[in-house]
Amino acid sequence: MAALWTLSLLLSAYPGCLGLTPPAELPQPHNQPPLLGFNSSSGGLSMDLPVALRVFSMDYHHVQAPFEIVLWIMLASLAKLGFHWSGRVPAVVPESCLLIMVGLLVGGVIYGVRHSAPPTLSANSFFLFLLPPIVLDAGYFLPGRLFFENLGTILWYAVLGTLWNVLGIGLSLYGVCLLAQSSLGDVSLLHCLLFGSLIAAVDPVAVLSVFQEMHVNDQLHILVFGESLLNDAVTVVLYKLFESFLRLPSVSGVDVLLGGCRVVMVGLGGLCVGLFFGLVAALTSRFTSRAQVIAPLFVFLYSYLSYLTSEMLHLSGIMAIVTCAVTMKQYVEANVSERSNTSIQYFLKMWSSVSETLIFIFLGVSTIQDVHMWSWPFVCSTLLLCLVWRATGVLLLTAVVNKFRRNAVTFRDQFIIAYGGLRGAICFSLVFLIDDFPKKRLFITTTIVVILFTVFVQGMTIKPLVELLDVKRKKRALPTVSEEIHSRLIDHLLAGIEDVVGYWGQHYWKDKFEQFNKKYLRRFLIHEDHQARSSILRVYQELERREQRGDEEAPPIVDPHSNSRPLLPEEMDSIRRILSRNLQNFNNKQTPAYSRHTLHQDATKDKIRRPLYRHQSLGERYTYDTITHWSQREDREFDGSHRARAGLSRSHTVCSMSSRPILQDCMVPAASAQAQQVDRKTSSTREDRISPQHQIPMGRAPKKHLSFFLENEK
Amino acid sequence: MGSRASTLLREEEIEEIKKETGFSHSQITRLYSRFTSLDKGENGTLSREDFQRIPELAINPLGDRIINAFFPEGEDQVNFRGFMRTLAHFRPIEDNEKNKNATTSEPLNSRTNKLLFAFRLYDLDRDDKISRDELLQVLRMMVGVNISDEQLGSIADRTIQEADTNGDNSISFNEFIKVLEKVDVEQKMSIRFLH
Repeated sequence: MAALWTLSLLLSAYPGCLGLTPPAELPQPHNQPPLLGFNSSSGGLSMDLPVALRVFSMDYHHVQAPFEIVLWIMLASLAKLGFHWSGRVPAVVPESCLLIMVGLLVGGVIYGVRHSAPPTLSANSFFLFLLPPIVLDAGYFLPGRLFFENLGTILWYAVLGTLWNVLGIGLSLYGVCLLAQSSLGDVSLLHCLLFGSLIAAVDPVAVLSVFQEMHVNDQLHILVFGESLLNDAVTVVLYKLFESFLRLPSVSGVDVLLGGCRVVMVGLGGLCVGLFFGLVAALTSRFTSRAQVIAPLFVFLYSYLSYLTSEMLHLSGIMAIVTCAVTMKQYVEANVSERSNTSIQYFLKMWSSVSETLIFIFLGVSTIQDVHMWSWPFVCSTLLLCLVWRATGVLLLTAVVNKFRRNAVTFRDQFIIAYGGLRGAICFSLVFLIDDFPKKRLFITTTIVVILFTVFVQGMTIKPLVELLDVKRKKRALPTVSEEIHSRLIDHLLAGIEDVVGYWGQHYWKDKFEQFNKKYLRRFLIHEDHQARSSILRVYQELERREQRGDEEAPPIVDPHSNSRPLLPEEMDSIRRILSRNLQNFNNKQTPAYSRHTLHQDATKDKIRRPLYRHQSLGERYTYDTITHWSQREDREFDGSHRARAGLSRSHTVCSMSSRPILQDCMVPAASAQAQQVDRKTSSTREDRISPQHQIPMGRAPKKHLSFFLENEK
Repeated sequence: MGSRASTLLREEEIEEIKKETGFSHSQITRLYSRFTSLDKGENGTLSREDFQRIPELAINPLGDRIINAFFPEGEDQVNFRGFMRTLAHFRPIEDNEKNKNATTSEPLNSRTNKLLFAFRLYDLDRDDKISRDELLQVLRMMVGVNISDEQLGSIADRTIQEADTNGDNSISFNEFIKVLEKVDVEQKMSIRFLH
């Protein structure tokens, strides 16, 4: 690990020495154009040969730009590698902090070598190149159902919460400036409001990176994350609004009203742009069956186009790209092959990872600058006000919104929302874009301090604090086994009743959308082959359900006599452990959120397990877990059928060969019934069946072998 | 909606349901539209297939038992009154109801009735006792297949042991109530039916 660090430092020093993007000077050319018999004094590398050709020469200037970019990316990736190899450190320090520290180190080294400021993160490159991959990744893996269920709350926090924060921080800072007239007298109200608008914004990049390691439940994750995504619209509009107000000679009430309209337009406009590009992308993916290799490219191109288009029209680029990803995801996944799907997902993860790492490193590097201006009252009050206003905002808003929610946002959740409001690179870039005025450097310094504070202090302490809160609650007596079981029964019962009743309003619209989707969109946007398969899946899912019901009517084989001896404490513990691990989670609210670093599939899916239709000849029970496991992970049977459908298509094209060896493995421990099964399969005609699959017993899991047939609908 | 004229809800019916269940007028109409959207056969009653069409219910471990709870003894169809009567159990208990005097009959959403509903999910044969077999059936549904029968048996035994006070190796309704006295059933077993 130490080697990695030194290597990365050396690599970083190299581009630093050679100079980079502004404010660097032009690099010294390292070789001279070949001149006969002429030796330059600074060249040093040209040979002193009259007419001869150069055996060895170096032309750095030729490759400078891409070379340096690659070196920076290499530095970022090596730092990330080193981070994950460094043992105990990741448990304590979140990755973002470490990356900023690496950036600080690198910046310091460059400063020391060149005695001038290292390159800074230019706002342009941030907004155009570094931010889109992260947001695209987040949008593509957004848990759709959860997001739309909580949309009201998320919008509530995003719009009202941001407004509250902006106005609160801006006005209070103005108050502070008035109080400290001597040093801060020339900061006007509009400047304070402008600063408030950029510092109040919660940053999705920072939030994501810290929440990665926190394993909060899905619902909380989507609340914080959704808020950080959607408040972009509000933030950008307010920022631009105040900026344009600064340029106007005077501000009237009409201007403020127009500003309000602008918020709505920016948000909705971004949404529409995203929708448009998403649908076009879905349509394009329909025709990619003959050129499957470039199918992933369309996903990226269209998403990026939507982002650039909305940026061009001064709409919210983040909303556009998220909408585009959400829209095209279901159709693209149905249209492209399984391999393309995997490529898309992996590329998204890779790019967003690299982007995020680069952002944090550059944040660190850019901190080392000459342009700092410090002012104790301003900086400290900003820090304090950010925390205070966010906390009060969250408390107030939650108190109101809990009245309308089925699952109340608990105090622990509120604390995490308030404390987890991290600022990041968006604020940083926005502050650089301000028009120059005397106190701009103060703003820059303050922004950097706030970002570093939130990322380091809040990022590092949020996990222990949350655990402290949890521990405090756990100090109550452990529930008895009866209580646990009966409570879980009641939870399932309530979930079922809620499904019967439907989610008010939301379900109605969801129903309508699903009908519209089925009738028009799916027919238009999904390739015919894939559409047909979905009806097969529907048939066998129906059959699965009937099988399940059939099973429940059969009496379980249970020991009639019961032991009445008291249970030992170890047994009690093991019972508790078994219950907590196996009592099925309901309504997806307790499952952990998705991870930045691994695809959800890798973490949870057994590659062999598929929802299976039990063949009549085998008298065995299917794994119930598979069904629920399947459906829990994604949005509904709709998406589950996609995943399954893709799995089936893979089996159709790829695994028809590989299922043979799997069969062989299974045959050894399997019952004789299955040997008969295999024989029957080999003798039957191929056209009628999609290749059968066996479930391999995994480790200590009970040996339940299953096979399934799927017959093509004629 | 023309063909459904015969199944439109009349004011008197709404009043009766209101008195019986305690739902408000707008809640009843909302639930009625949900009822009709589930009623694909458009005959004013729901059958078991109508319930099974709800996808999330199909993957609920207790799905079938919940569906059964809607249908009165031995019947295959449930009308809107029966539907509302079942759902009334899940209405939140409001503060003004807590002060009702004990002489009036208990509202459907009282704590006792809520617990009785949950009790009936276990007690299929309606003998007012949860036997070990019945408990094991439900446990197996909730837990899945990764647990062996012996482990499940010992969990069931432990559950009965904690509740059983009269030694008959089964849980009666009163014992059930006692075991759950610390659990906030009123809050857990309530759905917020928005107006």
